[in-house]
Amino acid sequence: MSARRIFAQPARYAAIAPYLWMVLFFLLPFGFVLKISLSQTAIAQPPYVPLFDLTEGWEAIRVAFAQLSLDNFGLLVSDNLYISSYLRSLFVAVTSTLILLLIGYPIAYGMARLPQRWQPIAMMLVIVPFWTSFLIRIYAWINILQHDGLLNKILLALHLVSTPVVWLSTDSAMYIGIVYSYLPFMILPLYATLARMDASLLEAASDLGASPWRAFWLVTFPLSLPGVGAGALLCFIPIVGEFVIPDLLAGSGSMMIGQTLWLEFFTNKDWPVASAAAVALLLLLVPPLLLYDRLQRRTLGEAG
Amino acid sequence: MGLAGGMTEESPEIDAPKTDVPETPGGPAPAADAADDVPLLRIEGVSRTFGNFRAVDRLSLDVRAGEFFALLGPSGCGKTTLLRMLAGFETPDEGRILLGGRDIAPVLPHERPVNMMFQNYALFPHLNVRDNIAFGLKRASLARAAIDTRVAEMVALVKLEGMEKRKPDQLSGGQRQRVALARSLARRPKILLLDEPLAALDKKLRESTQLELMELQRRLGMTFIIVTHDQEEAMTMANRIGVMDAGRLEQVASPRDLYEAPQSRWVAEFVGDVNLFDGEVASREHNRLTVSTRDGGTLAVAEPRNAITSTAVSVAIRPEKVKLSRRGPVPDAVNSQAINRLEGVVTDVSYLGGLTVYKVKLDSGAVVRASIANTARLDRDTYSAGQRVVAWFTPDDCVVLDR
Repeated sequence: MSARRIFAQPARYAAIAPYLWMVLFFLLPFGFVLKISLSQTAIAQPPYVPLFDLTEGWEAIRVAFAQLSLDNFGLLVSDNLYISSYLRSLFVAVTSTLILLLIGYPIAYGMARLPQRWQPIAMMLVIVPFWTSFLIRIYAWINILQHDGLLNKILLALHLVSTPVVWLSTDSAMYIGIVYSYLPFMILPLYATLARMDASLLEAASDLGASPWRAFWLVTFPLSLPGVGAGALLCFIPIVGEFVIPDLLAGSGSMMIGQTLWLEFFTNKDWPVASAAAVALLLLLVPPLLLYDRLQRRTLGEAG
Repeated sequence: MGLAGGMTEESPEIDAPKTDVPETPGGPAPAADAADDVPLLRIEGVSRTFGNFRAVDRLSLDVRAGEFFALLGPSGCGKTTLLRMLAGFETPDEGRILLGGRDIAPVLPHERPVNMMFQNYALFPHLNVRDNIAFGLKRASLARAAIDTRVAEMVALVKLEGMEKRKPDQLSGGQRQRVALARSLARRPKILLLDEPLAALDKKLRESTQLELMELQRRLGMTFIIVTHDQEEAMTMANRIGVMDAGRLEQVASPRDLYEAPQSRWVAEFVGDVNLFDGEVASREHNRLTVSTRDGGTLAVAEPRNAITSTAVSVAIRPEKVKLSRRGPVPDAVNSQAINRLEGVVTDVSYLGGLTVYKVKLDSGAVVRASIANTARLDRDTYSAGQRVVAWFTPDDCVVLDR
């Protein structure tokens, strides 16, 4: 009992840490963003009104509150620019996630099937690109994809094309960049689920008359769904808000919401609208997060 | 050299199946069909090597239809590898496996008419009880109605009615074991392979499940091959037992023969408890051998069924065959010279309920174990530590083994 008491107090404080983190680094900043999204632009520093000044007393704060409005959100739904960037973001994220799944699943499956001593090496190979700066890697892709870049040289040398293909500033280049950057986030959770799977389940399936292909679809795949879900969300959510990759690799024809946000914030100096767009983006991402949480809970519940 | 270590809880449990199962020692299993000359399963000189380790070493074995056969051996003896070769999960490096006279080497695991019950059950965690049992039936492309009937039949067979909708993690260990059994029986395999099927159950449940498995096997008339390291389990359930060590079959025999007529010292030590005296054959006259031993003096033993090849032998006596008395036994007119008497002092008394195990330190320094059934509640005829006794046994109670 005394031993438990010794550990009880620090343990309780430690349990607060994640909540404290959430409040300090998520809820509080989000509160600021939310407040700005309800404000109006002004040519001032900071570039919006009203400002809450606690020194001017209760009445001033009440007046400031009355100035807040949902006008910016009204703008978001009435202006095609925002709606189309949201839709494009969702479309790009869904497409990229599907491509990532199609490429990542076989890789993760192959890794999980490797002899035990090769698996850590394979995992290292997946992680190694992170040792180089993300931006440098994207610039490297610009180099590879440009008119006289490596990709075109190879294609020409193999006589697959007769004239250089335009890659840069196309959606293809953007998808290549996204898939390349996010592949580890898809592979790792999938690998974790597949490597954990009991090999005797496949033997049992085979013993009960399932061909290897059927055994995969009837046993391996359904049991890997939690990994599929985790990998898909781990990729989908940041891709929706992706800014750098589409900005550097895609054409300027249509924008993803991250680019629109950047434009509003830095070029247009319209902080309130940019904030409103950010809040709307977050609201857009809540349903898939809740869905993931429910899936996770269900699999956890089954495991327990 | 006094006695060899081994299991200590042997006698009453081991006696049980002898009265239960009618059998002719060494003869065919009860269900074997005399007209059918081709054994259901024939294993011919099969080997399997992993790296430098020879898990199964040129092993041959016949199993007849309807038999309950046990592969018994310590861990790492190759019994599970042999079972996995039958299921098709391992491929023999050499030798043949014939099922009903047909070589099954080219038959893939999912096409073999055998099913396996896995040690960890390997139930599909995402499927409920019903779908687990139906898994193999669906692969056999049975009609839906036929599948439903068979599943219901299997559920009833293993007494899991009302549990069909549960997932494996909502079941107890015993229930999971039953689902695994039902799933492996559902396809009505020619042979059911059971890999340590009861290892995960507690003792009481294990014992009742043993009886249920026997009853099930008899009712279905199916051929069971069970792998176990538990000799009691093997002896309780099986018609015949193959004792394995280092990839080879040391002996294949009925439970009674295995215990009463072990063919090697290793088997004698592995199955049950035994006292061993090393010695040399001194003389041989009308089916009596005289063996002069280092620790037990001169012992008279019956001529063994299989002729021994060397003069260096071990005399084995099971502890329950060793009798104790304060004085020597009254000499029998015929056997007076032959009864083996060893004098010593009781050093240790273990009361185990059904029997009492005495350790007697002989004057030679060796220790002999004697287990004596407690047949009367108020037994005056007990011995206490420090008491001087005579341990004696008849020539027929001894087994002579090559050293």
